[in-house]
Amino acid sequence: MRSGKQGTSVAEMAFHGSAMEQAGSHDRARALNAFRLGDRAFYWITRISAILVLLLLGGIIVSLIVGSWPAIVEFGSAFLTTQRWAPSAEPPVLGALSPLYGTILTSAIAMAIAIPVGIGIAVFLTELCPLWARRPIGMAIELLAGIPSIIYGMWGFFILGPFLANTVQPFFIDLFAGVPVLGSIFGGPPSYLSLFNASLILAIMVLPFITAISRDVFATVPPVLKEAAYGVGCTTWEVVRHVVLPYTRVGVIGGVMLALGRALGETMAVTFIIGNSFRITPSIFAPGTTISAAIASEFAESDGLHQSSLMLLGLLLFVLTFFVLAAARLMLLRLEKKAGKQA
Amino acid sequence: MNPIYASRRRRDIVVRALCFAAAAFGVTWLALILFTLFYNGLAGMSWQIFTQNTPPPGASEGGLSNAIVGSLIMTVIGVGVGAPVGMFAGTYLAEYGRHDRLSPVIRFINDILLSAPSIIIGLFIYGAVVVPMGGFSALAGSLALAVIVIPVVVRTTEDMLMLVPNPLREAASALGLPRSLVIRRIAYRAARAGLITGVLLATARVAGETAPLLFTALSNQFFSVDLTHTIANLPVTINNFVQSPYAYWKQLAWSGALLITLAVLALNIGARLIGSERTAK
Repeated sequence: MRSGKQGTSVAEMAFHGSAMEQAGSHDRARALNAFRLGDRAFYWITRISAILVLLLLGGIIVSLIVGSWPAIVEFGSAFLTTQRWAPSAEPPVLGALSPLYGTILTSAIAMAIAIPVGIGIAVFLTELCPLWARRPIGMAIELLAGIPSIIYGMWGFFILGPFLANTVQPFFIDLFAGVPVLGSIFGGPPSYLSLFNASLILAIMVLPFITAISRDVFATVPPVLKEAAYGVGCTTWEVVRHVVLPYTRVGVIGGVMLALGRALGETMAVTFIIGNSFRITPSIFAPGTTISAAIASEFAESDGLHQSSLMLLGLLLFVLTFFVLAAARLMLLRLEKKAGKQA
Repeated sequence: MNPIYASRRRRDIVVRALCFAAAAFGVTWLALILFTLFYNGLAGMSWQIFTQNTPPPGASEGGLSNAIVGSLIMTVIGVGVGAPVGMFAGTYLAEYGRHDRLSPVIRFINDILLSAPSIIIGLFIYGAVVVPMGGFSALAGSLALAVIVIPVVVRTTEDMLMLVPNPLREAASALGLPRSLVIRRIAYRAARAGLITGVLLATARVAGETAPLLFTALSNQFFSVDLTHTIANLPVTINNFVQSPYAYWKQLAWSGALLITLAVLALNIGARLIGSERTAK
């Protein structure tokens, strides 16, 4: 406010001419000085804030490495190949193999479900849905993305887990009983807490991300291309398969990787219903654990080497998601550049 | 009909049906989740929830007032710290740093932080704040939330400022306005609705965050507003109550979950309304 008033007074002085020149130039110098100071201060505040973002990433990496150092020294690369997780054994034996396996397996199953469904919904929204319903359905899907993950977790724990254990799991177990490989993948007793239940909840969680991004990149396809394809007699499926998907491939893959990044690091949706068991079993209906679930359920009560190992798990998770997210961003960036060139 | 054309038609119809089924599948989940949430949450809704503290194990009355207050305090501090930093950083990227070599790096890192697992943020704050301070505290929880707010606000601020037409800035500069005032008086005002939308979305994002609070703010059975001690908060309270054997705790968890979801949905819809108002103009 203050400097604004001075701004007008500078302008007035310019009009007033020689009589006020003496006093004017003095005020003017003072006003300009204040401007310069304010300008500089604002510039540095914004620049330091921007650099803070970089420091944040640096801080995360440094604090994770510092926290996990005792575990790195103690276990070395054996940490990655040990399946046993026995923090209270003497001496403690801690290995990342089972949470790593759980993290990758649940994310893989979740993506296998969510990718076709998510892209299907995006195709429905952009090509098939009547115009009046597009906005409400699109909005509903986006709101699904905003629901906190703990809500998914408790819903999975109270509703979905029991439902799956009583209906879907027995069905698959009976179906594949006696079949060599599938029999052990879909084997064992049905369970409220299992890798499969966690994967399904993850799939429901990442679905909106895939749909929202796919829909946005589908919208970048120039209508002329689609119209030309329809014009030569293509069916809707052929237009999607041969025009829309090739045109948007990079963007869709970027969106999928972004969703994968979420799935890998998702904590609360998984912790309740995965069972937190550090074992690797062939059955997907058996309880397991993921990196984030292990940290969430054990960290607050841990100390010493146990805590340091959990930190190391966190570091592994961060490295894993960092690469997935970096790849996703690079792909989306490439798409943006392409769109920018055409515009 | 030509057999090739017939088979193309058939395939098209099958795919359309699958897409329709996918959409029905997605919307069904949303409906199911919201239905059970409202059904179970409303069943336990009463004034008690807002007036009484969380009950001890096994009790059959009590509310969530301490958790609600704790969550509000931490969200306000988290957004209060994170939003200005994010806004300034976004301003730098959009206004000063357009041709800076540093900007693409910052933008890229920010995008990664935007989707980094929130439990990692919790570990970071545990190492950076909880250990040096010597214990779990509300302040640590707030800072964890702030770290999550920053990238969201950076992104929206930059995007919104980029939408402000350059001639506005040029006109202001031509009148002799210094650069910082061009930004504060002209660009911020032109982008105001978008900036508010960004902060609302960031608030919605942290309002239900649980993972980073598990070992920063922890939880507290009693009413507390002391920033240097553990504080009760809705997400962690829900987390503890869900896995308990007590029916009344589970009931409270549903009510708390309903409160959080309503708050998040209201913030999201509010952000959208403000955002669309801007484009309508």
